[in-house]
Amino acid sequence: MKTIAGLLREHPFFRDLNAADIELIGGCGANTVYPVGEHLARENAPADHFFLIRSGRVAVETYLPERGPLCLQTLHDGDIFGWSWLFPPYLWTFDARALDEVHAIRLDGKCLREKCERDPRLGFQLMKRFARIMTERLQAARIQLLDIYGQRPPLLDDAP
Amino acid sequence: MQDFILQADDLNQLIQVLITRGYQVHGPTLADGAIVYDEIHAASQLPRGWTDEQDKGRYRIRRRDDNAYFGYAAGPHSWKKYLQRPRRPVWRAQKATGPMQISAVVEAAPAMAFLGVRSCELHAIAIQDRVFIGDQFRNDDYVERRAELFTVAVNCTSAAATCFCTSMKTGPEITLASDLAMTEVLEGDKHFFIIRSGSYAGRKVLKELPLKPAAQHQLELAQRAVQSAREQMEQGPRQFDSSDLQALLYRNYDSPAWDAVADRCLSCANCTMACPTCFCSTVEDTTDLSGDYAERWERWDSCFTGEFTYISGGPLRADTRSRYRQWMTHKLATWFDQFGSSGCVGCGRCIAWCPVGIDITEEVQRIRALEQV
Amino acid sequence: MIPRCLRIEERREETPDTFTLKFSREPGPAADFAPGQFNMLYAFGAGEVAISVSGSAAADSLVHTIRSHGLVTRALKRLRAGDYLGVRGPFGRGWPLQKARGKTLLVIAGGLGLAPLRPVVYSLLEGKLRPASMQLFYGARRPQEMLYRSELDGWSRSFDLVTTVDHAAGDWSGRVGVITEPLKSAPLQSDQTVAFVCGPEIMMRFCIQVLLGRGLAPADIYLSMERNMKCAVGLCGHCQWGPNFVCKDGPVFCYADIQHWFGIRAL
Repeated sequence: MKTIAGLLREHPFFRDLNAADIELIGGCGANTVYPVGEHLARENAPADHFFLIRSGRVAVETYLPERGPLCLQTLHDGDIFGWSWLFPPYLWTFDARALDEVHAIRLDGKCLREKCERDPRLGFQLMKRFARIMTERLQAARIQLLDIYGQRPPLLDDAP
Repeated sequence: MQDFILQADDLNQLIQVLITRGYQVHGPTLADGAIVYDEIHAASQLPRGWTDEQDKGRYRIRRRDDNAYFGYAAGPHSWKKYLQRPRRPVWRAQKATGPMQISAVVEAAPAMAFLGVRSCELHAIAIQDRVFIGDQFRNDDYVERRAELFTVAVNCTSAAATCFCTSMKTGPEITLASDLAMTEVLEGDKHFFIIRSGSYAGRKVLKELPLKPAAQHQLELAQRAVQSAREQMEQGPRQFDSSDLQALLYRNYDSPAWDAVADRCLSCANCTMACPTCFCSTVEDTTDLSGDYAERWERWDSCFTGEFTYISGGPLRADTRSRYRQWMTHKLATWFDQFGSSGCVGCGRCIAWCPVGIDITEEVQRIRALEQV
Repeated sequence: MIPRCLRIEERREETPDTFTLKFSREPGPAADFAPGQFNMLYAFGAGEVAISVSGSAAADSLVHTIRSHGLVTRALKRLRAGDYLGVRGPFGRGWPLQKARGKTLLVIAGGLGLAPLRPVVYSLLEGKLRPASMQLFYGARRPQEMLYRSELDGWSRSFDLVTTVDHAAGDWSGRVGVITEPLKSAPLQSDQTVAFVCGPEIMMRFCIQVLLGRGLAPADIYLSMERNMKCAVGLCGHCQWGPNFVCKDGPVFCYADIQHWFGIRAL
């Protein structure tokens, strides 16, 4: 039966983080399972957690009134989800829904914030990792925006 | 207000007096295995000796062991079809070299008399009055047809299993105004109506009928008969506390109850058609083949239809879950904010005429129960 | 009530699928409208559609900007100057201009949402609206899809104007990005600011979150909702949104009044 710290060690996000830090962070964590269809996050709900996905797929979605939920991105094992807990007002911006049975380590955001404030060195280690993931997501989102697989973008004089 | 006795055999005279006074008389009659509302010309057309057996998704007529004229509860029709017409022309337009000519269609309404209006139905008419006459904009056709209406209300002396007017505080006793109000009494070989007037027009009709003053013991028979209908409902499975429905439903827009009922509901719209207070409508614009002449018609619509909430991009209530929730929360909750009362009169038609037997009273209990969880 | 028949004086293409019709209105108070209200426009034989008024409330003509996507709007698209159409209205509750008096007014528009807000801009330019200052934020998908481009330059001389697009074209040298970004850094005092927001519901949702995050009170935020409409007078039931009839309780709502309903999906 693995400890939370043990599970964290296995996750790519915490690679190369020293053992003492992992133990400390593990204290904020719980092993969770989300059945298919359940939400890990809901837009505008309090964002209290940070998730490390161990297995299963998660859809990051937003709700369009005329079209229903629209998936913006899917996340898979090894991915992390959620950083709305880092900055006030600590509310989720999007929905996250389990597409499969999702096994995740759920870390309590408030707990993590407090530990980072008390130990800025740990805070910096975490921020470095977040910053890298966020950069990668932003780059990916920009490339997604290009709509590179579509036909050339419609021009002004195209017939409707 | 004095109570009189009208012998059952003289009921036909009431109908003839109304016809002579120029009313088109509508009342219950048997057709296609149901008690429906239609134009009648004599008491012989009434469903004398018939009753209805109703339950979730079930309606059957059955012979009574007496000859009561009004021994049934509520059929598939409500009086709404006469006041808010299922289909009516609104305007006509003609193309011209200059501006198109558009003219409103004004159809003279016949003076109508409704024979056999139950307490729940009087409440339903009052609710529709509030919708169609009570605000800045009116349904002019409804106003016309409502203006001349003569109502002969009838106190219920038996309830169908689907009735829950006692829970909605809309019956069985008549408390709202009507031109005439009657209670049918059958005791041994005696068969008569207690009858009283509630308006000037009603008094004028009474003057032409062969009446005797009602005696105390006869009034008591009538009261007991109505009381037995009340007891039937109060002891039945559909009795519930409706005093907190608005708050209950406002708290429960995310209840799992909606998912459960969505699995059963076919979005067939039967409930909205049978319901005496549902008022949604739509418009149809058509032209003739030349394209120079156009008409606009208004007809009943239902919030259960797929395109009811369509805006560019798609419908906003795309699934049955959201549409059922809209119907029920409108009927029992948001109606209060819009019109100052509940939209439901407890007539039970939606329960009987739902092909899969969804029961609005059960859905209320389910929401309540799931909230405790 | 039946439509009155008005003659189209001018027709202009705004973008490939959006056009503006201008028609003379009859003199008299019956034709007065408040910014934010809408008319039901009738195309002969095809039907009616609810379109916000998007001209000046002081002018002699009625102006409507329409995007064609359905049967009725495509019929309206075929009309030319000299043709006639039917008009019923105006209906609904408009923007509360008096609330902006002495305040910083943020006018936030997305896509076609600038059309119902343009009368507010005109009110300011005509001196009828007296905010302490006004800032207009306008987001569109691409530069070719922006409304009223020729007017925007002139407006920027009278008040602060920020425009942004999601995708740029070759000659666009302006901002590219979402409209919420410039909103986050708009100069304002949260208790002295009123916002009028109009655009796709999802855009309004995110903009309102930013405004609340900046400290605006829900009672100082107004938005314009869109729902299916048939009668426009609160009798057909189509435009119901919770207890509200968008045609008579809206289309402009104070966010504080409908906050609860705004958060319920598929309401």
